[in-house]
Amino acid sequence: MPREDNYILDMQDITKIFPGVKANDNVNLSIKGGEIHALVGENGAGKTTLMNVLYGLYEPDGGQIFYEGNEVDLDGPEDAIKLGIGMVHQHFMLVEPLTVTENIVLGSEPRSGLMLDQKTAQKDVKEISEKYGLFVDPEAKIQDISVGMQQRVEIIKTLYRGAELLIFDEPTAVLTPQEIDELFDIFKSLKEQGKTIIFITHKLKEVKTISDRITVLRSGKSIDTVNTEDVTKEDVAELMVGRQVLLEVEKTEANPGEEIFKIENLNVNDNRELPAVKDISLSVKKGEILGIAGVEGNGQSELIEAITGLRKIKSGKFELRGKDITNFNAREIKREKVAHIPEDRQKRGLIMDFDLKENIILGYHDLEPFSRNGIMQYDNIAQYTEDLIEKYDVRGGGMESQAKNLSGGNQQKLIVAREFSHDPEFLIASQPTRGVDVGSIEFIHNQIIDRRDDGAGVLLVSAELSEVLSLSDRIAVIFEGEIVDVLKASETDERELGKLMTGSQAEAGGESNE
Amino acid sequence: METLTKIFSLSLILASFRFATPLILAALGGIFSERSGVVNIALEGMMLFGAFAAVYGSASTGNPWIGVLYSMIAGLSFAAILALVCVTFKANQIVVATGINIFASGITIFLLQVLFGVKGTSPMVNRLPAFRIFDVRFNPITYIALILVPVAWFILFKTHWGLRIRSVGEHPAAADTLGINVNKLRFISVLISGVLAGLAGAHLSIGDGSAFVREMSAGRGFIALAAMIFGKWHPFGAFGAAMLFGFAEAVAVRVDFAFIPSELISAIPYVLTLVVLAGFFGKSTPPAASGEPYYKGEK
Ligand SMILES: Nc1ncnc2c1ncn2[C@@H]1O[C@H](COP(=O)(O)OP(=O)(O)OP(=O)(O)O)[C@@H](O)[C@H]1O
Ligand SMILES: [Mg+2]
Repeated sequence: MPREDNYILDMQDITKIFPGVKANDNVNLSIKGGEIHALVGENGAGKTTLMNVLYGLYEPDGGQIFYEGNEVDLDGPEDAIKLGIGMVHQHFMLVEPLTVTENIVLGSEPRSGLMLDQKTAQKDVKEISEKYGLFVDPEAKIQDISVGMQQRVEIIKTLYRGAELLIFDEPTAVLTPQEIDELFDIFKSLKEQGKTIIFITHKLKEVKTISDRITVLRSGKSIDTVNTEDVTKEDVAELMVGRQVLLEVEKTEANPGEEIFKIENLNVNDNRELPAVKDISLSVKKGEILGIAGVEGNGQSELIEAITGLRKIKSGKFELRGKDITNFNAREIKREKVAHIPEDRQKRGLIMDFDLKENIILGYHDLEPFSRNGIMQYDNIAQYTEDLIEKYDVRGGGMESQAKNLSGGNQQKLIVAREFSHDPEFLIASQPTRGVDVGSIEFIHNQIIDRRDDGAGVLLVSAELSEVLSLSDRIAVIFEGEIVDVLKASETDERELGKLMTGSQAEAGGESNE
Repeated sequence: METLTKIFSLSLILASFRFATPLILAALGGIFSERSGVVNIALEGMMLFGAFAAVYGSASTGNPWIGVLYSMIAGLSFAAILALVCVTFKANQIVVATGINIFASGITIFLLQVLFGVKGTSPMVNRLPAFRIFDVRFNPITYIALILVPVAWFILFKTHWGLRIRSVGEHPAAADTLGINVNKLRFISVLISGVLAGLAGAHLSIGDGSAFVREMSAGRGFIALAAMIFGKWHPFGAFGAAMLFGFAEAVAVRVDFAFIPSELISAIPYVLTLVVLAGFFGKSTPPAASGEPYYKGEK
């Protein structure tokens, strides 16, 4: 029986076991109709697994689910959709060569006769898009649009299916602060219309801002459910991690040395051959963190891909320690002691079917002691992996388990472990803490600052303004492919950056680079 | 003299259509299968078995149309095996399909012996009547193939089934989260490819000829795959490629070049496919999930 009448959803004693991992261990979650419920917990705590069970994607090994008072048996997502449950997945579920509209209507397509009714489909998409302020280009192909827009497509997908209970798995991880505000406005209006929202996040600020109640998972168990107004951020962090966590970055004044990396008049095109990076010049010194602030899709991705040798440039020049590395390929750049945490961890950071020990030496696999005379030294690799897994606290299966079976945050930690372990002198970090839990954010931030203090130059790109602000020593603001300003982090704030990022102060100028 | 060349070239073009017919049909089948995520290199075997079944149907009933029906059932039955083993039980698609090809060649020879008591070539059977439209005389399967090209395009790109087929071939997990039954769609798509390949076989045995000859598919299933790739997994593209290959075959058969061995001309389809795959005519990307079985509950 459901425990209370006003629960729209009551999950009781849910257990889900993967080979070697008890992802959910007698978890209880009850959701009141019309509330915004935050589901929090460390990386690998079992949040995504629990939601996949609710969405019918995983069959639980034990437990019961009551929806609107009735016990339900979810054999697949179609059952969940029928009940009015919608889900925005942590890793996008979009078909790349299809258009935005096609992705949205897929599975419940409007028809006229035998034909798929493109007109109605586009009209419907446009309607939802306008109603909730979720701007998308209905005819663009997914492969050509930004991560931010892909996210909006995912949200429209659930709304299109008229979901009553919406599950959002880390929806804000890929959004800009402004977009997050917009999303929360959507949350609020959905709530006003009587819809119920479960959302997963690692950002406690968001939990405090938007949720009514919070359920905390730790190591597969449900620890507690609390009213948001009764707790502080620190309380929640402690419930999650089981210890006190520093939520603020603590760092000393930078001590910049000579220039380590320089970009001169860089021009780069995007996938559609349109200019994405326009005549950018920047320089990073040893022992400093240069942050790049900007709304997603303003050329950051292309800039980083160009620097790391993953994208052809149109014109311009890179110098590392005074050496011209403009036409170096990704591997040659790596050999120059450049480390790179890529923005898209699944596409660029890991080989999902490889196991942890193979992933952790990727790019260094041909070097001693991992390889000797062309033969892999698996004993050394195993030892190395074990050390790093422990040091970086990568949880979920041992070194033999495949990367795809790690939770999102642990995948991120795996990449960080690999990239930080070869004494980088120049570190490029793109969204380094995306999807990472509070405890691990603390850890990764400290690692980045340690590298800086060791004398490495750091180029940081983050959609998280607070992250850019608290980590960087200098901040370059990018807007429509141009650097509109370079500021000292200590002399600016979110408001000023926010304005620059949206171009509303583009001409105002300020202290410029050099 | 002038008219002579003209007639000669018109007949060459008509021959191209005839040679292209099985390629068009099998390529369309391949498109359905691969668009849904199943590599089907068993088209060859399905075509061969279809060719045999068509002759058997025509011989035992005297009605070539029953032969056509049999050919489709034959292709369907092989496709059902491929789908069951590869889609439902997730075995390796290439290995199973190769097995089907070998089996097809063996079973047709065996059945020739058992049912007709002959070794290489079946007795003559009633063939499909040719239809005349203006100056053009084709057997009905050629017309069917030509009609099926836009039909396939319509299904794949204008209907919701097509959208779903393409989505399960690209990102099955995404389709799954929207309540689309990935394996069912793949199963059906493979069955469609079997029917089309079987029909292609009927063209060979009772459309273009009136008997079954052992190994009569002679690699056309593979050339059809080449046409599919050359045509970028698109019905019109594949049609164009099949016509080109059909033309090459017609030239090889009809025109006697003193210095070029006809085997070299028969190799044209493969050479062209290599050129395409190498990217000389723009990118030709197969469906992303093609060849990979889909396991529920994987990220
Ligand atoms: N398909 C799978 N096969 C094997 N193990 C899995 C699978 N999916 C998840 N796991 C394991 O189950 C545990 C819980 O994973 P889950 O993805 O639910 O965590 P999470 O709370 O969502 O974490 P994150 O915040 O990092 O996204 C992890 O240890 C993970 O490695
Ligand atoms: Mg998760």
